Amino acid sequence: MTWAPTRPETPPADLEQRPLPRGRPLLQTNLTTASGIGLGVAMIWFSMLVLIPLCAVLITASEGGWGAFWSTVTHPQTFAAIRLTLLSAAAVTLVNVVMGTLIAWVLVRDRFWGKGALEVLIDLPFALPTLVAGLVLLSLYGKDSPVGLELAYTPASVFLAFLFVTLPFVVRMVQPVLEELEVEVEEAAASLGASRATTFRRVILPALVPAITAGAALSFARGVGEYGSLVLLSGNLPYRSEVASVRILGSIENDNLAGAASVAALLLVISLAVIVVLDAMQRRVADRG
Amino acid sequence: MVSRWFLRALVAGYLLMLVAWPVSLVATNAFTNGLDAMVMVFTDPGVVHALQLTVLVAGIAVVINTVFGVAMSMFLVRYEFPGKRLLSALLDLPLAVSPVVVGLALVLVYGGRDGWFGPFLESLGIRVIFSTPGLVMATAFVALPLVIREVVPVLTEIGTDQEQAAKSLGASSAQTFWRITLPAIKWAVIYGVVLSTARSLGEFGAVKVVSGNVLGETRTATLAVEELYLNFDQAGANAIAFGLAMVSVLCIVVVGALRPRHRI
Repeated sequence: MTWAPTRPETPPADLEQRPLPRGRPLLQTNLTTASGIGLGVAMIWFSMLVLIPLCAVLITASEGGWGAFWSTVTHPQTFAAIRLTLLSAAAVTLVNVVMGTLIAWVLVRDRFWGKGALEVLIDLPFALPTLVAGLVLLSLYGKDSPVGLELAYTPASVFLAFLFVTLPFVVRMVQPVLEELEVEVEEAAASLGASRATTFRRVILPALVPAITAGAALSFARGVGEYGSLVLLSGNLPYRSEVASVRILGSIENDNLAGAASVAALLLVISLAVIVVLDAMQRRVADRG
Repeated sequence: MVSRWFLRALVAGYLLMLVAWPVSLVATNAFTNGLDAMVMVFTDPGVVHALQLTVLVAGIAVVINTVFGVAMSMFLVRYEFPGKRLLSALLDLPLAVSPVVVGLALVLVYGGRDGWFGPFLESLGIRVIFSTPGLVMATAFVALPLVIREVVPVLTEIGTDQEQAAKSLGASSAQTFWRITLPAIKWAVIYGVVLSTARSLGEFGAVKVVSGNVLGETRTATLAVEELYLNFDQAGANAIAFGLAMVSVLCIVVVGALRPRHRI
């Protein structure tokens, strides 16, 4: 036999969720030389591609000091753009929490003809190029709208675009959790006299909260950073329909990289906060399974 | 059951107004000018070049992300090392970062004039920003977590029993990976690749920042759509948009049909 059990056994899959017990050495690892080198190469690529560039944004933003950062961010036009972005993203996230959970519910618990088509519709905004998403929305909500809703170039167009591109996040987070949820628990609650509303509020909802929160965090982040779908749809009118990422692009095109970095740093901090929430919630979803 | 029908109607109506109807309008708009107009757009040398560049850039980015994604998933699930949890959280970061911030970040580091590494690379004759490597990096950045997010849950679920059995029978690490692990995670990898491809072909914001649109040389398909639209060539913009939309719809439908219902 060529295989000698000198390597520590790989941990079973369920072990990795738990923190390492105290008292063990800090550098607890079972990497072999070859896998260690592989991980090193992967880390170098990840640093060159993601970590160092994102650090460059934060460092460039801080170079001018707090005063420069603050005056860039509170410049009236920039401030209006940031406010519109955050308010629209928050409103869209709220809609997604309700509609996303409902859609996931219907997809998991209901059976009807054409459900497969609905599944495709959910994934479509994720796969569709964002620029095309803007063009698509323009066809129904632009000039000469067939439904009489001309939202293009208004603040509402920002809300609409965010709603489109963030559609899959809550649905796709909640759906698998709902599939795992056992109907017996609900039946038990009902047999003990709980009304449907009580069963939903006390039994189903608590199980879904981590998944809903994770989906909401992703939708918020996606909304805050959205750019492509707005280019053609919102018209980017200052003080009216201009969002933060458009402001950043404007600064880049004017060769004002420091100003662009200040606004970008603000968005990046929001992204980091979202990642922290996402990590915590995904762990809770995994623990449940 | 009234409430059931109400929910069905609400969900179907919402998806119709938000997704189905607008998407179908783009499809019909693309064909209003007839097939001839469509053929004319797709034989225009500038457009052909943009499509070729898009395919090249997306292809390279997808290959990089697939190799990186599968390897990273193996490290995250099969090994213990310090900082693993932090790394696993950071790998999701590209999902939450604005494409424009991605572009800016790459320009700040690899910009030829005053980036951190840009001038050094330029002295070696390597141009990143305003050139194909920059487009590849921007595309690879935005699609980075997609393969990992598909593969990690499956790797966790299949466990290590079969891999250990293979090893105890004398298989090398490479043999175990190619003959045991990879076949088990095949569908997750394929799904990740398809999602990455759709995302890479359609990336716009990050690519726009790093492309600089140098004389059409760094113009990708989505940039061409924007340019045509802003030049009031709606028919041309619609035709390319329709083409891109078709590719992403096909990606989703094909994979949805191929993938076994039971998710492993």
